Amino acid sequence: MVSRTPLRSRPYDARVEAPATRFAEACAAERLDFQWDPLAERAVFYPRLVSPFSGTTELEWRTSAGLGVVYATTTVHHREEPPRNVALIDLDEGFRMLSRVEATGVRIGMRVQVAFNEGTPVFLPA
Amino acid sequence: MTGVAIAGVAESELGAVAPGTTALDLMGQASARALADCGLEAKDVDGLFAASGQLAMATVSLGEYLGIRPRHGDSTNVGGASFVAHLAHAAAAIATGRCEVALIAYGSTQRLLGRASAAIGERDPYEAPFKAPMPVTAYALAAARHMHEYATSPEQLAEVAVSARAWAARNPLAFEREPLTVEDVLAAPRVADPLGVRDCCLVTDGGAAAVVVSAERAASLRRAPVHVLGVAEAQSHRHIASMPDLTVTAARESGARAFAEAGLTPGDVDLLMLYDAFTITPILFLEDLGFCAKGEGGPFVEGGRTAPGGSGPPMNTNGGGLSYQHPGMYGLLEVVEAVRQLRGEGGERQVQGAEVALVHANGGVLSSQCTALLGAQATT
Repeated sequence: MVSRTPLRSRPYDARVEAPATRFAEACAAERLDFQWDPLAERAVFYPRLVSPFSGTTELEWRTSAGLGVVYATTTVHHREEPPRNVALIDLDEGFRMLSRVEATGVRIGMRVQVAFNEGTPVFLPA
Repeated sequence: MTGVAIAGVAESELGAVAPGTTALDLMGQASARALADCGLEAKDVDGLFAASGQLAMATVSLGEYLGIRPRHGDSTNVGGASFVAHLAHAAAAIATGRCEVALIAYGSTQRLLGRASAAIGERDPYEAPFKAPMPVTAYALAAARHMHEYATSPEQLAEVAVSARAWAARNPLAFEREPLTVEDVLAAPRVADPLGVRDCCLVTDGGAAAVVVSAERAASLRRAPVHVLGVAEAQSHRHIASMPDLTVTAARESGARAFAEAGLTPGDVDLLMLYDAFTITPILFLEDLGFCAKGEGGPFVEGGRTAPGGSGPPMNTNGGGLSYQHPGMYGLLEVVEAVRQLRGEGGERQVQGAEVALVHANGGVLSSQCTALLGAQATT
């Protein structure tokens, strides 16, 4: 830990961990973490410092079971690469994220389970 | 009623411009042409409204280029819908005395430079790992969901492109004018399922401009004024994962507010200009603006109903972003076409007796939605 000299009269002296960093660290440990707004009692994703539902800055971190349903799916075609899936996944805890399903025949409504591909949260058929 | 009118409009050079041309060149050229259209000069302009994916401070750049030092400036950028938002902002600025002559302008050289280098970068850590090309992936996801919920078919999506092409054949400024069939659209190379290359807008260079003044002042200028009867903005999300329902856009809100201000209903509209970045978008907007029920946008466009001679309302009579021009942000070119139609300057594609036009513009990934109702008369 590098010691820092605190700035005089600094109104907010606690360094807040960047939400994107916290999320990436969880992914690196193969955990799909999301935030929970205790006032609105609902999940928040993407992670942030302020809840869009209640305005609280006291968001809690939780770990998802990684189970969800495909809300929408597409296959993206590239000239020089094989076709690639991109999907929106509705996680059981009540948040939606962009990801991909690493399977063929991906369809809306399919149950999926998170898996980690070099620290990236992707999904496989459950 | 907003009390303001569009007095002059113009496009810049369109399509594929000469190497070395800048976005600002096209913005400036369109501005000079729009001012000439209504008989005003740069020295008359005291309000600037502009946005561009290539200029971080669009009105500041435009003022320097044209030698204008405005007393009111507004570089609001909400993507392709920016210029309909500017119409609303210009109406407010004129009503409160912040400016008298508002110039709205756009320019892009995205075809010349390539789409990626013609955009100010914005990397999202939650989307970037999936290498989803935006915005097309987002619109493909929305189309897939609409097909899932409402049995909308690829053929119905293709009808939107075919209708646009039929109008483009009547517009000498359209980039693509060759005949196009539903089969052609379905057989075109795939981009992001269910969208193929003919479901996606063109990538062209171009710019546009519009001059907005009070209705009173417009009456003394050389062109028949086109009145801004109602105009409204809405937005719902920035990332496609944050859009609550991919089949319902914030056009519901902007449309309802614009119709309320104008005191009109969808039945009063003679001409529809619906932002067609992708074939799914006009289908969503027909539903969300109240021209048909949710889920019925596909059947609404079937059988060439929105094409020349169709049984439905004429839609995207310039050929749209799909076949006319789509220089990155398309909204101002929709306004230009609506004004031309309401003045009776539509030539081969003129909608006979057009009195009221609806212009709906979209930005981002179905993110921002702006609706304007324009009229040949101040009251209807």
